[in-house]
Amino acid sequence: MQKMSAMNRKLIQNLAETLCKQVKHFDKRETECLIRLFSGLLGEQAERRAAHGLDRVRFRNILHNTFGMTDDMMMDSVFRAFDKDNDTYISVKEWVEGLSVFLRGALDEKIKFCFDVYNLHGDGYISREEMLQMLKDSLIRQPTEEDPDEGIKDIVEIALKKMDHDHDGKVSYSDFEKTVKDENLLLEAFGNCLPDAKVEITSNYFCM
Amino acid sequence: MGLTISRAVQWSSDGDQLENSPLNNDILTEILLFTEGFEDRHPQEASIPFCEPLQWNTSLEAADFTSDIYNTRGESAVSLECDDKGRPLLQLSPPAITVHSFYHLSNLLKLSKDKKMKEVWACLEVNREPIKKIFGPISPTIHKGKLFSILHQLDEKLLSIAVRPITREGRLSPAAVNTEVDLLKRENRVLKSVHYTSGLHYAYFPPSPSLLDCRVENSSMTKSEVYKDIVTLLKNQSPHFAAAADEQDFAIQDVPSAKKILHVETVDVEETGQTLKSYDHEEKNVPEKLAWNKPGSRNKKLEPSLKWKNLGLTSFYDEEEEKARRSRESKKSPGPASENKKKANFSGSSLPGCQSSQKTKSPGGADDFSESSSEDEEDEEKPERRAEIPTDLPSEYWQIQKLVKYLKGANQTATVIVLCTLRDFNLVQETCQLAIRDVGGLEVLINLLDTDDIRCNIGSLKILREISCNSLIRQTIADLGGLQTMVSILDTPVKELKCLAAETIANVAKFRRARRTVRQYGGIKRLVELLDCLPDSVSLSAEQERDADVARCGALALWSCSKSTRNKESIRQAGGIPLLARLLKSSQKNMLIPVVGTLQECASEKSYRIAIQTEGMIEDLVKNLSCDNQELQMHCASAIFKCAEDKHTRDLVRQYDGLKPLVMLLNKAENKQLLAATTGAIWKCSISLENVAKFQEYRALEILVGLLKDQPEEVLVNVVGALGECAQISENLATIRKSGGIQPLVKLLSGTNQALLVNVTKAVGACATDPENMPIIDRLDGVRLLWSLLKNPSPDVQASAAWAICPCIENAKDAGEMVRSFVGGLELIVNLLKSQNKDVLASVCAAIAKIAKDVENLAVISDHGVVPMLANLTNTVDDKLRRYLAEAIACCCMWGSNCVSFGEAGAVAPLVHYLHSKDPLVHQATARALFELSKDPNNCITMHENGVVKLLLIMIGSTDAILQEAAASCVANIRCLALANDKAKNG
Repeated sequence: MQKMSAMNRKLIQNLAETLCKQVKHFDKRETECLIRLFSGLLGEQAERRAAHGLDRVRFRNILHNTFGMTDDMMMDSVFRAFDKDNDTYISVKEWVEGLSVFLRGALDEKIKFCFDVYNLHGDGYISREEMLQMLKDSLIRQPTEEDPDEGIKDIVEIALKKMDHDHDGKVSYSDFEKTVKDENLLLEAFGNCLPDAKVEITSNYFCM
Repeated sequence: MGLTISRAVQWSSDGDQLENSPLNNDILTEILLFTEGFEDRHPQEASIPFCEPLQWNTSLEAADFTSDIYNTRGESAVSLECDDKGRPLLQLSPPAITVHSFYHLSNLLKLSKDKKMKEVWACLEVNREPIKKIFGPISPTIHKGKLFSILHQLDEKLLSIAVRPITREGRLSPAAVNTEVDLLKRENRVLKSVHYTSGLHYAYFPPSPSLLDCRVENSSMTKSEVYKDIVTLLKNQSPHFAAAADEQDFAIQDVPSAKKILHVETVDVEETGQTLKSYDHEEKNVPEKLAWNKPGSRNKKLEPSLKWKNLGLTSFYDEEEEKARRSRESKKSPGPASENKKKANFSGSSLPGCQSSQKTKSPGGADDFSESSSEDEEDEEKPERRAEIPTDLPSEYWQIQKLVKYLKGANQTATVIVLCTLRDFNLVQETCQLAIRDVGGLEVLINLLDTDDIRCNIGSLKILREISCNSLIRQTIADLGGLQTMVSILDTPVKELKCLAAETIANVAKFRRARRTVRQYGGIKRLVELLDCLPDSVSLSAEQERDADVARCGALALWSCSKSTRNKESIRQAGGIPLLARLLKSSQKNMLIPVVGTLQECASEKSYRIAIQTEGMIEDLVKNLSCDNQELQMHCASAIFKCAEDKHTRDLVRQYDGLKPLVMLLNKAENKQLLAATTGAIWKCSISLENVAKFQEYRALEILVGLLKDQPEEVLVNVVGALGECAQISENLATIRKSGGIQPLVKLLSGTNQALLVNVTKAVGACATDPENMPIIDRLDGVRLLWSLLKNPSPDVQASAAWAICPCIENAKDAGEMVRSFVGGLELIVNLLKSQNKDVLASVCAAIAKIAKDVENLAVISDHGVVPMLANLTNTVDDKLRRYLAEAIACCCMWGSNCVSFGEAGAVAPLVHYLHSKDPLVHQATARALFELSKDPNNCITMHENGVVKLLLIMIGSTDAILQEAAASCVANIRCLALANDKAKNG
């Protein structure tokens, strides 16, 4: 046991050495922390799957417990954005790379990240339907109105009008980028998918 | 009929149907009888065709039209009579019926037999405004005039029916209202007056800061509300009254008529007739009345509740509304199930926000209305004037209202989208601002500030910052407790949020109550803390730049707040001065403008003037005089203007080479504010002679003389003041003359601005000391103008004019003749000796001393009783007055028995005591007066008794030759008398 953890430590250090060169915002010590955290999380996971990486349920637990995310669809989307190779597991590399943007990303990286999250169908555009899906619970339905979804549809149109600079009826990456650069508040336009600003400011406890 | 139909008839709650009430029955019966008999009573008018036909669904059938004036075909029926366009005047195609004239209405009712009432009922239900249909939108033409007056009579009759149930109670309400109004005026002094005018009620309150007169207009609303009593009515109509009423804790139950129900109806302005009706109802009538008052009957969009909510009168809604509002707000929270956890903050914290808006009503109360009245108010609270909502609102108005509606029910994500979209509207435009306010958008925006979501906070503040440039919006934000929330936001670690909150506070705190609120909630201290940053190192990191921006916003807010005297003190106590001094070293103009703006605003306080001097700020202020931003230059000059009252400050300005830039600024004469500040600074600086010498060097006088024409008064005051100070050096007098300054100066003597007149008289007086100037002044009739200013109501002007008259008399040729030529002039100046103002008295004494040099004039003023009046003044301790009084007495002794009279009037003894004064100038004048008085033996005795000899002996030892001589001569006179006395006794 003693021997194994010593070996593990060595392994982790080597891994951290390599990974911290590939990601932007973490130094070696921080990378090491993250890897340790990752293997800790893996350890809790059933042996069988551990080989692949973190599964969706476990990842969602982190999003929920640590970052206070609540929206199911958003958490799934964030998972997809982390899971770059689409194998339904988050590898240690995906974990460190993802968190680099998630926690410390510059505006450009965050724009890309959010766009990936919102691009539910993965076709490079955010369509009306995707917006509708993401915003479906964002308004209290007025029981008095004939079509209770009318408000939501209207919000979608408003959002589309604001973002669709090339008037093709959907939001491309460049549309999204331009919108967010004009108005930073619209970074998380279709749902909470990044840590709270206060979390960012007050601590980097996640890497400690 | 129009009025009654629209107002008095009771409509069902959904507004579509007439209610089956006894009152309606009475009214409709009356209409029925009227219409049925119309044809017989007014055959001529009955045939006048209506402008628009009355149309309704009838229960009559073709078979009912048995009269031969109708033609029945199958199920339909038409009248044989047609209008000029060939349309039949009555047309039935069941179930619809169209009628064009009273003649046919009458006939129709006669034919209806037992269904009459039903027909009238059906007709009026769909024709809400029969009068409009009958006459069309324009006023009736002449041939319709008679018809109009007939209908008007009916209308009045109907009205009397409508009020009958009330009048039957026997307690006529106008009297009851008056009793209550009187009580409010007398007992509580909250209400000054209530005016009942056509469609408008005005309520005036005494002019204390929180009870600024408040006016409520209902002109555009056709709504009715029932109020329990007049206090409730006024509370609902006026937030100020409400606040005041709460403090006073009304016990309106004491009012004998308090149980009455006051019914107030407001009607369209264009309608004539009684507009404020007060009814007395039994309590049981209330629910029924309320039902009829439900909004939606006519004017759905103008729900009264929204209006009053906007005014922050949350505590005075009726309970039902309050409940509705609560539920609306709590609905905000549930949102999507998965977001419940986060959203809990939304509802949880939005309520305290509302409550605090209620709470704030009280603290403002009695505690401090003492803000100096002299402080300039950019934006004194104006009575709310709700402009009539124009009928053709731009589409933005409705779009914004829709967005605000969404905002009320959106989660964070949608909220941010909606907020960002709202910002795309032109929020500087008033329509957009009021659109947000009118649907309660401000409440929502302020509630959003209470949430934990930073993006919502930022989005909301960005909108509030824009729209708070409107003074109505500012007041509403303050009423809703927005300032308290914004002050607490200043504690956030998020810098962008701090900036936005401070900037919005800067916009809102443009009126006194808001500034007080900021202070009372600890805003000043927090804003001062924002100033703490490194202003200007060579290169700033991004973070430091953000800090600097926070400081800039803090300074902006402090600038607004610093217009209240107490806030100035709070800023100082919070340690703001050293921080401002540090920011003053910045090179950023957008930083410097609010900083210097705050400083110059605060420089009205002595503590600040001292601090500005001791903290070394003069150097920076002087440095920035040479910057390229006129606003900054203006604030710097203005700060120097206020600080240069102090001699050391004036010296510092010179030492830092500030005088030259000031003179340079005189060339920017097109910017009047800048010019006023600059000339002010020059004026105050020129109080020091060293500075005057510098100004001479920079040829400032020539420029100043050029500014004597075509300038606003605030500039003229300063220019003339500066010329007056510069004239202390005699060579400048020639300069003023040579550059043509005397004529415009004399011309300014005929102005009315008192501050200006004080300075002009001083400057003209100074000019008159130059013998070459005097003929010019004389030729321009300047002395007469000066003399007439003695009649000015302001003592300052009187004194200044009298001082200026002195050198004029001294230097004018034939001064005596000139003075005599002013009819009544001598009497006027002698009478000024009755003034209470020391400076006026001193100046008039000085002038009298000059006048008395001419014996003829002395005779005249003696006739006017100058001697006893001067003697009356002798018991003064004011050295300046003593000096000129003594001079006047000395000069006035030269005529007749004046010398004796002074003694008889008791002037001698007090004069002797003047020699105890420390002022050598008093000694000289007094010694001269005593010498003149000592020519009368009785005076000598009085002087001797008062121990004058010893005092005079000391004076003889003075270095002042005139004093020596006068004292010695006086002693000699006394000695002579003593010797003569001895001789008489012994010889």
